[in-house]
Amino acid sequence: MSILNGKKVVIIGDRDGVPGPAIADCVKTAGGEPVFSATECFV
Amino acid sequence: MLNAVIKATGYVLAHTPDMVMENGTTQTTEKVVNPNSEYLKQLPSHLRTYEQAVAYLPNQTYIGNMTPDELGEYEQPWYPHTAAKSERFGKFGEIMPEDEFYLLMQACDVFELVYLEENFVAATIEKFKAHPLMREDIIARINSGVSAETVEHFVNEEGAEPLAMNGKTVGYIKRAHDVDGNLSAHVMLENLVSKASNVLAILHLIKNAGIDPADVDYVIDCAEEACGDMNQRGGGNFAKAAAEIAGLSGASGSDVRAFCAAPAHAVIEAASLVKAGTYRNVVVCAGGCTAKLGMNGKDHVKKDMPILEDVIGGFAVLISENDGINPEIDNTVCGRHTVGTGSSPQAVITSLVANPLDKNGLKIPDIDKYAVEMQNPDITKPAGAGDVPAANYKMIAALAVKRGELERKDVATFGNTHGMVGWAPTQGHIPSGVPYLGFAREQLLAGDIEKAMIIGKGSLFLGRMTNLFDGVSFVVRKNSGKHEETAVSDDKIRKMIAEAFRGFAQDMLAEQE
Repeated sequence: MSILNGKKVVIIGDRDGVPGPAIADCVKTAGGEPVFSATECFV
Repeated sequence: MLNAVIKATGYVLAHTPDMVMENGTTQTTEKVVNPNSEYLKQLPSHLRTYEQAVAYLPNQTYIGNMTPDELGEYEQPWYPHTAAKSERFGKFGEIMPEDEFYLLMQACDVFELVYLEENFVAATIEKFKAHPLMREDIIARINSGVSAETVEHFVNEEGAEPLAMNGKTVGYIKRAHDVDGNLSAHVMLENLVSKASNVLAILHLIKNAGIDPADVDYVIDCAEEACGDMNQRGGGNFAKAAAEIAGLSGASGSDVRAFCAAPAHAVIEAASLVKAGTYRNVVVCAGGCTAKLGMNGKDHVKKDMPILEDVIGGFAVLISENDGINPEIDNTVCGRHTVGTGSSPQAVITSLVANPLDKNGLKIPDIDKYAVEMQNPDITKPAGAGDVPAANYKMIAALAVKRGELERKDVATFGNTHGMVGWAPTQGHIPSGVPYLGFAREQLLAGDIEKAMIIGKGSLFLGRMTNLFDGVSFVVRKNSGKHEETAVSDDKIRKMIAEAFRGFAQDMLAEQE
């Protein structure tokens, strides 16, 4: 049972790490619902 | 067609601590949202002196007085150390103090927008005149100055942007239009800072290249600012504007914009223009940005560190016809993140690194050095953004392991063997792959390395036009010497002329006989 199953998820990705859309795809396959997804550039 | 070569590079910094307070967006936003914050009160005591900024190891590396490997030998954090060679000028460029930089901004202003207080000008002009690269025509662009009352009036009553030294207002930049926000004092200041730091980088480049400025055919500016008015915001052209002041009388130019990826895009375009024979000498260059000054300042102050983002960056690279000596830009090994690539780290690194290598039968470890986002970890680590170059090297190494090109145990050391520590200021496009070109050129010329890959990445999503990320890469390699094989050498020309004269003389003798 995924810990994200049925959960609403806020995603902040990192340009030089894992970007938002990639995390969102993972969240969806784990049964979560991305309600906000953004990628930030910290530099 | 022969590959273009990297003939010379120039790297400059301008130490602008007062602009951290006045123009860095972290601080200007804080002034609006929380004007009485502890951060704003504490910040001034965390600003570095010019001498401290010059002695800072990453800054000395940026201008070429230290190599990235030498920097890597110092224990982090680096800010408590002092560079053994702590000098204003380095083999690539210089670290210009704030007062002289204000004069250079005025020299770069052709619309009477920059005004400096008369006593400040009098106190600084001799230093400016003594600068080894400031030509008479540049110095002649400095005005004698205006009164302190005029400065006060324009800053307080006319919406001008102040220029300060040690917290004291010594000048201003006035708006270029009463209504048009694209020509506001704020925008004009950002653009003139970009232009002035770009001009300084070009001046050093021309000196380092040892060429006649008139021989530059084309200039590509790849900074992150936009210039234009309300009818053509972002119309440009920073490149030609900087070329004019730098004395590149034979050059045209244009701007390339792609966030932090722009320098890598611009080098690929310049190399292609030269290889195609369109131009012989192309300068790729950029000035820096005031907005990013003190960007991570809150974390630096919280951790009782100096504000390390107190310098404006600039760089310039001369890309020329193949001379048979200088390192070549290999156009056949160019990576690009496409619209359909996807955003997972694996997809990104595959598109930028693995795909172009595959096309040329190369493996990831075949590239001796990778230049990624060379941000200084001294700045990013305390702010929670981690060590950006190290993170990028780990991703490249992980992909190499997945492809069976690297042992898993070598992932941890891949960054040391095929990469380097970061030394560039967090000035957006400035750290993006290109800071290594100066060192790469030297290492390739010396035969220390055979191939280097330069990777530029850009955060397109910040412009709110697309969620896409962007990136391109290219390979610089040791000159293959093909120049000598394919072109006619000087010796051959001499031989041909001698033979022609000999034939002519024999014909004359035959006629006389």
